[in-house]
Amino acid sequence: MFAIKYILKFIAAFGKYLDLMGRTFSVPERMRMFMKQYVKEMSQLGVDSIGIVLLISFFIGAVICIQIKLNIQSPWMPNFTTGYTTREIMVLEFSSSIMCLILAGKVGSNIASEIGTMRVTQQIDALEIMGVNSASFLILPKVLGLMTMIPFLVIFSIVSGFLGAYATAYAGIITPDDLTVGLLHSFVPWFVWMSIIKSVAFAFIIASVSSYYGYNVTGGSFDVGKASTNAVVSSSMLILFADIFLTQLLS
Amino acid sequence: MIEIKHLYKTFEDGKTVLKDINFTFEDGKTNLIIGQSGSGKTVLMKNLVGLFDPTRGEILYDGRDFVKMTKQERVMLRREMGMIFQSAALFDSMTVLENVMFPLDMFSDMNEADRIKRAKFCLDRVNLKGAEQKMPGEISGGMQKRVAIARAIALNPKYLYCDEPNSGLDPKTSLVIDELIHSITQEYNMTTIMNTHDMNSVMGIGEHILYIHEGTVGWTGTKDEIMTSTNEKLNSFIFASDLFRKVKEANRE
Repeated sequence: MFAIKYILKFIAAFGKYLDLMGRTFSVPERMRMFMKQYVKEMSQLGVDSIGIVLLISFFIGAVICIQIKLNIQSPWMPNFTTGYTTREIMVLEFSSSIMCLILAGKVGSNIASEIGTMRVTQQIDALEIMGVNSASFLILPKVLGLMTMIPFLVIFSIVSGFLGAYATAYAGIITPDDLTVGLLHSFVPWFVWMSIIKSVAFAFIIASVSSYYGYNVTGGSFDVGKASTNAVVSSSMLILFADIFLTQLLS
Repeated sequence: MIEIKHLYKTFEDGKTVLKDINFTFEDGKTNLIIGQSGSGKTVLMKNLVGLFDPTRGEILYDGRDFVKMTKQERVMLRREMGMIFQSAALFDSMTVLENVMFPLDMFSDMNEADRIKRAKFCLDRVNLKGAEQKMPGEISGGMQKRVAIARAIALNPKYLYCDEPNSGLDPKTSLVIDELIHSITQEYNMTTIMNTHDMNSVMGIGEHILYIHEGTVGWTGTKDEIMTSTNEKLNSFIFASDLFRKVKEANRE
């Protein structure tokens, strides 16, 4: 009985999500206003996330390099193993999936709380009464803005991770030459594209799911906080599920 | 003219908030909806602007039923509406000037210079010259309400809705807001519908009044008729205030 109730609730929520997306993906009423919002969202959601992406990727790149060198590398393995493994982890998983999980926390909570606060303070009602399609006006620039910026964040993350690995090399953990050979060994450019494609899909999940939770807030500040948490949890779960399918599909 | 015919609103939990409301809001006047908290005033207003759909009944805008309109027709009609919310509902990421310019940016074909000129004119009309570059969080509650009025009139609406615009304001500022709404109504010949339980507003600007009692029409009339009304439900609402009870007694004497 509980399971049926849960499934029905999920179907109802999914229907509501699709309905919201239907309203979101409509032609903007004023292209000038849409472009203004789009640029603003690219800056707020993308550019403002560059710092955290660079910082986390740098340290993760460094730590992966140290861990591989200390725990996996052995005299029986070629010297490029550490660099090669670091590259594969950064390119294939960290810079797309894990970085998007991190962004689900930062960007997702930001989107859900911003739209949720607009809902409880009647700003969305004000838009509707003016005759503005509030879903399209508020959500579309966020979804497209994040989807536009995420490939750049992926590239920055990969490069920053490599720089982190080089930092350990210069600290004496591994020689820079061995690391360079490893990073270049059997490089498949498609893996970078795969990472970018996955991240674009994850960006859609983060922005749309977080907007859904924010848009449907009822109540007050407590409910905005709850919506923000639900947005992060749901986006993260969906990213993990989508990662399995996309990895299988694109590999 | 806005006519309401046999309007009912029942929510999903089965609670019926509005029961058989019949009323005509008069053109070019300040129409007030009064009643106790929880009587259904806000629900009625949300039905009028389409934020809620009525369970039954008709809302006629110049004879056209708002309930039966297509989405596109509703959007077009809404562009003739301006609304002032209880919380002002200003866009907090925009400056005061940007807030007033917003409806112009969205729906007018004016060039930027004209849009700025019009927005500044509206701000000037509500006595807010000089506050253009301030953020909503930097100005007082009364000023926020005035910005909301300026935003609501930017596109010269035919209908102006005000949901408890005096809520949270001191009596003096409330009076300023009331007078501003009333004078703008007359100046632009708008049909204004205002929700309130503030008796000072009722006695000050109530040209045509609908009293809602437990979701039904309790009484209708003008501010002059209120004092002489023998309607018990209305009297128990109005003269709950000691001040107005004394005014009524003084009038009798």
